[in-house]
Amino acid sequence: MQRVPSYISRSVAGSYDNEAVAIFALIFTFYLYIKTLNTGSLFYATLNAIAYFYMVCSWGGYTFIINLIPMHVLLCIVTGRYSSRLYIAYAPLVVLGTLLASLVPVVGFNAVMTSEHFASFLVFIIIHVVALVYYIKGILSPKMFKVAVTFVVSIGVVVCGAVLAVLIALVASSPTKGWSGRSLSLLDPTYASKYIPIIASVSEHQPPTWPSYFMDINVLAFLVPAGIIACFSPLSDASSFVILYIVTSVYFSGVMVRLMLVLAPAACIMSGIALSAAFDVFTRSIKFQLPGATENSERDAGETSSNSVVAQNDVAKTEKNEDAVKERPSKKNRKKEKEKENVEKPSVKSQIKKKLLILPLEASIIAIFLLVLLGAFYVVHCVWAAAEAYSAPSIVLTSHSHDGLHVFDDFREAYAWLSHNTEVDDKVASWWDYGYQTTAMANRTVIVDNNTWNNTHIATVGTAMSSPEKAAWEIFNSLDVKYVLVVFGGLVGYPSDDINKFLWMVRIGGGVFPHIKEPDYLRDGQYRIDSQATPTMLNCLMYKLSYYRFVETDGKAFDRVRRTEIGKKYFKLTHFEEVFTTHHWMVRIYKLKPPKNRIRGRAKKSKSKASSTTGTKRIGTKKKNPWH
Amino acid sequence: MGFRFDLLMFMIVLLSVPVLSNLILSNVDRRIDLTTQAVRITSTLKVENTGSDLVSEVLLAFPDDQAKHLAYLTATNNEGKGKAKSSSVSFPVDVVRPKGMHPSLTFYSVSLPKGLGKGASLTLDVLAVFAHALQPFPERITQPDIQLVVFNETAHYLSPYAVKVQSLTVKLPDARIESFSKIENTKIHGSEVKYGPYENLPPFSYSSIVVHFEANQPFAIAQQLIREIEISHWGNVQVTEHYNLVHGGAQSKGEFSRLDYQARPHVRGASAIRHLVAKLPPRAHSIYYRDEIGNISTSKLWGDPKKTELVIEPRYPMFGGWRTAFTIGYGLPLQDFLFHSEGKRYLNISFGSPINEVVIDTLIVKVVLPEGSADISVSAPFPVKQGQETKFSHLDVVGRPVIVLEKTNVVLEHNQHFQVYYKFSSLSMFGEPLMLISGFFFLFVACIIYMHADLSISKSSPSYLAKLQWDEVQAGVQQVRNIFDRCLTLHDKLEASLRDLSRTGDVQACKASRKAVDGLLKDISKDLKPLLLSLQSSPQAAQILPKVEELVAKERDLQEKLMVKHSTVVDSYEKKLSGREIENRVALQQQKITALRQEVDDLLDFIDEI
Repeated sequence: MQRVPSYISRSVAGSYDNEAVAIFALIFTFYLYIKTLNTGSLFYATLNAIAYFYMVCSWGGYTFIINLIPMHVLLCIVTGRYSSRLYIAYAPLVVLGTLLASLVPVVGFNAVMTSEHFASFLVFIIIHVVALVYYIKGILSPKMFKVAVTFVVSIGVVVCGAVLAVLIALVASSPTKGWSGRSLSLLDPTYASKYIPIIASVSEHQPPTWPSYFMDINVLAFLVPAGIIACFSPLSDASSFVILYIVTSVYFSGVMVRLMLVLAPAACIMSGIALSAAFDVFTRSIKFQLPGATENSERDAGETSSNSVVAQNDVAKTEKNEDAVKERPSKKNRKKEKEKENVEKPSVKSQIKKKLLILPLEASIIAIFLLVLLGAFYVVHCVWAAAEAYSAPSIVLTSHSHDGLHVFDDFREAYAWLSHNTEVDDKVASWWDYGYQTTAMANRTVIVDNNTWNNTHIATVGTAMSSPEKAAWEIFNSLDVKYVLVVFGGLVGYPSDDINKFLWMVRIGGGVFPHIKEPDYLRDGQYRIDSQATPTMLNCLMYKLSYYRFVETDGKAFDRVRRTEIGKKYFKLTHFEEVFTTHHWMVRIYKLKPPKNRIRGRAKKSKSKASSTTGTKRIGTKKKNPWH
Repeated sequence: MGFRFDLLMFMIVLLSVPVLSNLILSNVDRRIDLTTQAVRITSTLKVENTGSDLVSEVLLAFPDDQAKHLAYLTATNNEGKGKAKSSSVSFPVDVVRPKGMHPSLTFYSVSLPKGLGKGASLTLDVLAVFAHALQPFPERITQPDIQLVVFNETAHYLSPYAVKVQSLTVKLPDARIESFSKIENTKIHGSEVKYGPYENLPPFSYSSIVVHFEANQPFAIAQQLIREIEISHWGNVQVTEHYNLVHGGAQSKGEFSRLDYQARPHVRGASAIRHLVAKLPPRAHSIYYRDEIGNISTSKLWGDPKKTELVIEPRYPMFGGWRTAFTIGYGLPLQDFLFHSEGKRYLNISFGSPINEVVIDTLIVKVVLPEGSADISVSAPFPVKQGQETKFSHLDVVGRPVIVLEKTNVVLEHNQHFQVYYKFSSLSMFGEPLMLISGFFFLFVACIIYMHADLSISKSSPSYLAKLQWDEVQAGVQQVRNIFDRCLTLHDKLEASLRDLSRTGDVQACKASRKAVDGLLKDISKDLKPLLLSLQSSPQAAQILPKVEELVAKERDLQEKLMVKHSTVVDSYEKKLSGREIENRVALQQQKITALRQEVDDLLDFIDEI
């Protein structure tokens, strides 16, 4: 699994994102859950709860666990697979897990208050009821039991109904029905774009495209269905859980690219199962036919040959381990099942079954060879994907031109400039994508960073960026901002720059400050920056900071990202001054002019006009006028 | 400009100071080189002893505010003209504070080892290098402005001795000269300004001059440079240099426009630092250039057998007042820099920075010697502050001794070699690998011991006994299971013989095989008996025993049924019955056999799970 590209995407240059840690926690939790389910050991149940705690600590995606496991428990109960092992696997997890989870400051009382966790509690109640029923069933005679069932069910239904009604009333009273925005956008893929632009604005939150599926999971995509079938053939508690896991994760990854991460281990497990089943069949049929001509002698040496089966199987298994190293740390749980299979095979899985599965010798040899080849190609693909797509750091860009590699190191150039040539306590405003980078590389305080907890802050910066210069200056000044950083790709054609992200700034800003309206920035529903653009667009701060003196580079101001000439070419900045622009113009840093300058201007004006307050207003309007 | 008036004031005061000795300077020729940011003043003094006593020292005077920028001062004996410089001897120079002198002057005394007899004369070449002697004026400029600097000096040589004839030449860069003080005998000749000759001036005469000129060369100043030289006797000298660079010229103010800078780089931003050249020693390898956020991709490297040249560009062009910090590191072959002499080793490496145009405010050179070095001494060609500390690196036990040399105001002239002598035994080189090897060795030994030792606390505790018994039971069960496996294979053999029979019709062979199987099965049941007995005796096996017994019974049943079936089939073959009839006869038996077989399999599964 360490080679699956979607997983690699989370760890660049060997430094792990917390999500990479979280996936380990996730899989470990699932593994322990299945282990508990198989053994019924309270020890593993406790470990499971601790693994769950680890997961809660590391990633917000823990809600996936706390919903998936109850779903599986419910499935087991409904399909009549209830056992005391299931109870032991589930009940301690809910109790201990919830207690531990609420110790994490970020989660706190959310662990019992939000709707994401209700499913687990509901199932918790149900499993108790079912456990009680089984217990009573055990101590009563069948006849008595029937009576008791009618009695209990009638009371239980009433109680459950009452509890449910209360819960629903409570939940319904909150505006988002108790679900956090992110979860809602998962359940309803259109939710985010309607209500929370900030979540929708992140490219990782967009639905993935088909190529990205293929890129990330590649041949696994074909092995997964086979794995699902293999899981069904001996349907156990564990395999039903795996099926449930793959189905939900496929859905989630379909909603958000980022959750490809959750799909990756599931896909690995599945294809691992598929491969393991396939190898099983092939190696068995090979073994059966290699001494096949002299079946008698095989019978004579029954014991030895059955031993050799084990050996051969082991060989196959190790071979598989080698060619499919990427398969699951969670292979352990499959392995266990397989071991059982292996043990029972020599003795039990005798002629009948074996004969059914026998394939021609040549066919199975070729098939094994092909499978190994497939695995090998997948490894090659993974390495390629890791090298090409995910290893290039997003902060240093390269381009291949006819005279070799060209490096665009503009981001670090700008951050180094900030860190060495500004005061230590200066604050930098930029769009939130660059927040962490600025904090880490330039060591300066930023107004918003990639932590998106505070929507209002981001909206404020978005508003400032989409306001005219003076209003923006006031907003930034009130935030004590000294420098404004914009990313501009128009000179070299770097597409993910701030102008392309600008519509999100407008939307997010408008979500909190209603005077920013998206239609003002669109001409006939189209986002454009050429001469057809709206005056609001051409006067907003982002436009000005990006294109300040851009026309002087080539005389036409041709934007290579938007492939058009910009709308307004000649303008001056009154409240900002350019203090630094990187070599390829990708990062431009502006300084807020100190208010002193304006006071002087105001003084000049107020000489002619009487009161200073009207004076400022006048300047505001007067200064705007030339640009309209 | 305030201090100039000061000087004028005290010049008058100084005139009253008594003549120090009978020396006079019969000829003083000074050249001031202002083409780089470090100001180099080369004075040729012809000293004459007019008194009767032997004079063994010559005093050189500098005003305090110049003296504090003085980076480098040497006095060499220049014997006649045309001689190669190498033959000249440099005299020791020391700071002295002669009595009765004005406190705002700093005196340096040049000791003459031979002394200067009566009437004898001597020519001294004095080279004084000043850092920060050029003041940018105006102090703040915008991007398109050119950088102007002023330089203050005295047109008359400031000396405690009377000077007969003197002249001064100021060499300026080939650029515009804004202004210069015009006093008597001032000439300008291209980019050189000449003052003098002046004759017969008394001691401590002073006449201030100011030169104001365009200087667009970058003022790269390393506020701090830490050079760490780490010696590894495995064959490498690793040099790591941490620069803290600032552009010390006129501060830039107002906007910085990349557009202007890119369009007309030599007009708009003429004084910016674009690149620096580090001249590394030949055969330098593993060169890197980075800062705290990673590799800086704008550098070029040329190497030939004589030198290695690294051209580095800071991440951004540096304008006046801008700062940056970066690190250069390179490895050097040990044999080029480490030598033996008289039982000691010594490192012989250059002191200053490989970047020539940089003036260094504080240079700290740390020489990290290998662990276990002793008897350390340093010899430097000029006075430095020495210290010692300890550095811990990987696998160090007592730490590595580090020699710390500190010097302020370092200029190009300080790029001389210095030596660190120490004693180090070659054997202690192997200390660290041996430590690693023994560490792993003991780890494995510990593992082996752990695996072989029985760590249970009490040999008689019930749980321990129970565990032992349980192990026994498991072994027993395993054996039972093996036996049943054998049984089952024998059964399979019986079936196979029947199949053979139907194919070949060889009744005798079939009978023989039955006999053989029968015998084997009897053997097996013999084997089984002691096992079952041992299981019965063990209390731990209580829960398994019924299952095992059931298994034994079922198996026996199965065995009998199989035998019966076998004999029936064989009988019918002997009676030459048709295949269909045979099938009819054995059908019932076959059913039972399959059922039994199934049960046995289930039981075996159950036992497996245990």
